[in-house]
Amino acid sequence: MKTRTIKVDYLARVEGEGALYVKARGDHVEDVKLKIFEPPRFFEAFLRGRDFREAPDITARICGICPIAYQMGAVHAMESICNVMIDPRIRLLRRLIYCGEWIESHVLHIYMLHLPDFLGYPDAIQMAKDHPEAVQRALRMKKIGNGIMTLLGGREIHPINVRVGGFYKTPTRRELSSLTDDLKWGLEAAIVTVKLVSTLNFQNFEQDYEFVCLRHPDEYPLNEGSLVSNKGIDCPISQYDANLIEEHVAHSTALQTTVKGRGSAHLGPMARYSLNYDQLTPLAKNAAVNAGLEKTCRNPFKSIIVRAVEVVFAFEEALRIIKEYDQPPCPAVDVKPRAGTGYGCTEAPRGICYHRYTIDDAGIIRDAKIVSPTAVNQKTIEGDLRYFIEPNLHLPDEKLKWECEQAIRNYYPCISCSAHFLKLNIERA
Amino acid sequence: MRAPKKPKLAVWKFASCDGCQLSLLDCEDELLAVAGAIDIAYFPEASRAMVKGPYDLSLVEGSITTPHDAERIHQIRRQSKFLVTIGACATSGGIQALRNFKNVREFTSLVYASPEFISTLDKSTPISGHIKVDFELHGCPISKEQLLEVISAYLNGRKPNTPSHALCIECKRAGIVCVMVAHGTPCLGPVTHAGCGVICPQYDRGCYGCFGPKETPNAHSLAASLAGAGWSKDEIMRVFRTYNAEAPAFRKASTSHED
Ligand code: SF4
Ligand code: SF4
Repeated sequence: MKTRTIKVDYLARVEGEGALYVKARGDHVEDVKLKIFEPPRFFEAFLRGRDFREAPDITARICGICPIAYQMGAVHAMESICNVMIDPRIRLLRRLIYCGEWIESHVLHIYMLHLPDFLGYPDAIQMAKDHPEAVQRALRMKKIGNGIMTLLGGREIHPINVRVGGFYKTPTRRELSSLTDDLKWGLEAAIVTVKLVSTLNFQNFEQDYEFVCLRHPDEYPLNEGSLVSNKGIDCPISQYDANLIEEHVAHSTALQTTVKGRGSAHLGPMARYSLNYDQLTPLAKNAAVNAGLEKTCRNPFKSIIVRAVEVVFAFEEALRIIKEYDQPPCPAVDVKPRAGTGYGCTEAPRGICYHRYTIDDAGIIRDAKIVSPTAVNQKTIEGDLRYFIEPNLHLPDEKLKWECEQAIRNYYPCISCSAHFLKLNIERA
Repeated sequence: MRAPKKPKLAVWKFASCDGCQLSLLDCEDELLAVAGAIDIAYFPEASRAMVKGPYDLSLVEGSITTPHDAERIHQIRRQSKFLVTIGACATSGGIQALRNFKNVREFTSLVYASPEFISTLDKSTPISGHIKVDFELHGCPISKEQLLEVISAYLNGRKPNTPSHALCIECKRAGIVCVMVAHGTPCLGPVTHAGCGVICPQYDRGCYGCFGPKETPNAHSLAASLAGAGWSKDEIMRVFRTYNAEAPAFRKASTSHED
């Protein structure tokens, strides 16, 4: 029997460069490879020998789409090594800036990268010709998310105001309140967004994933929590390496992760939502119910609805923080280095992002390990594709290609995290 | 009457974090107007439609770090009428140029269990080390305003207005309190290229040079004043060795503080 190959040589609307290679024989898929060709940038190597206070600025440069995730992972790890207590008001501001990143990144993904697939456009700009209102709404929501980042961080990409111990400068109450009206508008717009995406046509496709995410006793997870899964993981983040194992595969510059003794891990909005449903804010929960979403979501195509629900959460949470805010007397606590190893694990928009550092008495970094969410999800995406393609092999190449791309974009793979994305290459009979 | 053809824009990526090209999507107020004035023909981060070249304006993000990329940049040059590098990676090699000061084999085996799968060059180099570049934008990341200025200057056939003096001058003109004078906070403002809009000093932080060296910086005298403020040789070396480590003036300043 002849084999059929389908290739997507350069995957669009993902952050980074990647390619997909699929080999099918008859109606059976033999091989699926998600190829990542982001040139390696060696962050873990050159962090060695740097001062521990430099980690948040340096690691931010791993990814321009989720710099806060890297900055937060780094500051939390360093603070745990140096054993400092953070003012609860600083903790809230960190949560707030993270809400900004979630809003910006999720809205970008929902409207500009994912929705065009559902509606059959190559991009948001073409889509804007027929759906100007939706695209304008998206741009305004995104801008509000970026506004939080800019006010708190100095700028939206690679914020300059985050440091080990806190911030360089904290905003006044009045400065923060200036965001309130926009955030209220954004909250309404987010609810409209959930409604809009819940009416899309979804592939009937569910998988029995192992969802891995953070869980916090009092809140929907952003910066802190323990590591949990629906198949038995429940441990402090310091046990990450004992549960999630990394290996280097030849077809990728990213390292691939599996759950020890089991299969791939699924990180991101669906994992968070399904394991923290009870912690959602009231309007977010309401929006999920109205959208017909169950308490667990296993259809990756519906991740667009879950993301929209998380945008409602982020706006609601941001409004709550701003209302409660009271400016701390010091923008940061003084952090004296001490030798040790520490961990940071936070919920980047596309899933947990793990950091581990060892520093010496002088505060010099001796070892660093950073695992981006995309590196972990890569194996899950390959698994999805394998199951997804088989029943769809009758489709002509072009159509199948687009559908595969969409299946990949379900995860908003952010390949620059470690690497760059998609070529689809389907070999078939 | 047929409307005049819009010029074609392409956005290219090399080793980078995607932040500089994301700046274009972050121009929320201007994006649709930009798309109305210029045909976004190739921008894989935003569109799956990929229109073939040649292109009138190419924006290049990222540095050259692999043999394949060193070839690819020449093809892009051939297809581009006007080529602009966007950001520290493309303009001066970026943070990944920290490898240039180390042995890259060692780096590969530190990060990857099977380093033989990794194809990489010893050095991360700026785009201008490989091809002729028509204009360079600084910053890690670039400023959105400067990006819009470059696009609109191109559309209007004029030279972009992006000052080449020190950040320090921009800061004084804006009437911001000097962090060095007021709080004794070390600041790279005197040697750093203007353009960011003076962000760090407005947040009580010294500039850390993410826009790279200005033209003819006196890094030596700044290093001397940092030493005077009690900084160790190592600290001075590191402060010049970040996002623009391979820019000649910063490279010189950092290597002269190596042990
Ligand atoms: S210059 Fe900085 S922001 Fe721009 S692509 Fe490089 S690392 Fe990212
Ligand atoms: S002040 Fe300096 S480090 Fe800060 S954003 Fe501007 S150029 Fe970059």
